Amino acid sequence: MAPENKLDKSKMVVVEGSYAVAHAVKTCRPNVISAYPITPQTHIVEDLSQFMADGEIPNCEYINVESEFSALSALVGSSAAGARCYSATTSQGLELMHEVLFNVSGMRLPVVMTIVNRAVSAPISIWNDQQDSISQRDTGWIQLYAENIQEISDMTAQAYKISEDKDILMPAMTCMDGFILSHVYEPVVLLEQDLTDEFLPAYEPERILDPKNPLSFGAFADPNYYAEFRYLQEQAMQKALKKIEDVANEFYDIYGRYYGGLIDEYRTDDADIIIMAMGSIVGTIKDLIDKLRDRNVKVGLLKVRAFRPFPAEAIKEVIKDSKVIVTLDKNISLGLNEGALCTETKSVLYNSDIRVPVIGYMIGHGGRDIKVDTIEKIVDDAEEVIKTGIRIESQFADLKEELL
Amino acid sequence: MKILPGGACEAGTTRVNKTGGWRTFKPVYDYDKCIKCKLCELLCPDMAVNPRDDGYFEFDYDYCKGCGICANECPKSAIEMVLEEK
Repeated sequence: MAPENKLDKSKMVVVEGSYAVAHAVKTCRPNVISAYPITPQTHIVEDLSQFMADGEIPNCEYINVESEFSALSALVGSSAAGARCYSATTSQGLELMHEVLFNVSGMRLPVVMTIVNRAVSAPISIWNDQQDSISQRDTGWIQLYAENIQEISDMTAQAYKISEDKDILMPAMTCMDGFILSHVYEPVVLLEQDLTDEFLPAYEPERILDPKNPLSFGAFADPNYYAEFRYLQEQAMQKALKKIEDVANEFYDIYGRYYGGLIDEYRTDDADIIIMAMGSIVGTIKDLIDKLRDRNVKVGLLKVRAFRPFPAEAIKEVIKDSKVIVTLDKNISLGLNEGALCTETKSVLYNSDIRVPVIGYMIGHGGRDIKVDTIEKIVDDAEEVIKTGIRIESQFADLKEELL
Repeated sequence: MKILPGGACEAGTTRVNKTGGWRTFKPVYDYDKCIKCKLCELLCPDMAVNPRDDGYFEFDYDYCKGCGICANECPKSAIEMVLEEK
């Protein structure tokens, strides 16, 4: 049973999501922050810039760079030199970092970056979906998705603790939905400095760039060596599965707040229909589940917090006794007509003895509002699948046919 | 040689990682033509040409990658590139 979330209301303040994240970064005592503005991420680095100007982040360099490619490249050197590093980006900015993402991961540098999820161009959209970070799933970054402002704020400290573990040393993206979380004001407990100092030890890497003891990072690997580096990265990801759970529990012990480890569950115990989703949509789904449960519809939620590493065993454990799985994806793999959560959930079930049908819906692309009614209709479809089997495996949930 | 996560390595690892295996063509001296001008030693990008006591030179095949610069630049055409057969 998941621990009960204990929010200390006397500590709560009403702040913008971006401010809560910037504040969380500050309490993690970073040594290098690289910043390049891009909507809807900009407020985070602006707030950090203000903290720097006010002298509130000691022993830290704030680097203004000329592109996102430079933003992450600057952190490659900084992290290799032993600094705790931070940046934030979104959408086109993240896609511009693509090449460097592999380098950070390949060199095993535990950089933490907030991704403020936004749709990708073209056509230009500054609004939210999760196509940007999902498109980077194979770069070797841990990916965590947050449901609300409190979670994304707290997730920052968790991400450093996971990434910097000596057995892991993989960078992490903490993902929050653009505008829906980044620009919204909510009551939150800002990450407490004294507790963070207790929770998150200083970063002490075993190997750093140091002129007194010269090393090369990410050196050339010919065909005799390359595969073994990839194997070690995958091994680290597998170890991260347990570490993400452990860190969530350690966080709960110190702060009293908990949002799930790899996954979280809501009313899944006797659920026939289990909805799987990531990010802020989870709140909407919980509201709907409460409403449907009053009408005796046996529906539950499986919130996926960790998309990489993918929590295959944790997911199987929750869904094994259900009758249908519904995946909701704010992304699409064009040419497969499926979102990533749909594809991957099916993939982990295929060679198992769990025979539960999986249906996928792509929803909320380019910031389209996800209404309770839309999800309710999806649940109706799912009930039909239990009776008659799958008719459409994966589809857009909220297409406007009149525009086509 | 064990690998370290992240491909971190100290300087001088090519002492154990012999790169001569990359070679397709192998340089061979014709000492009858060689005039000991030293160009091959100076131009070798891999320091795989070593001087001998008698003033001539020899190749260190553990590291020569067979780039052929020595053969190309030799003013007396005293170096022939021979296909490696393994």
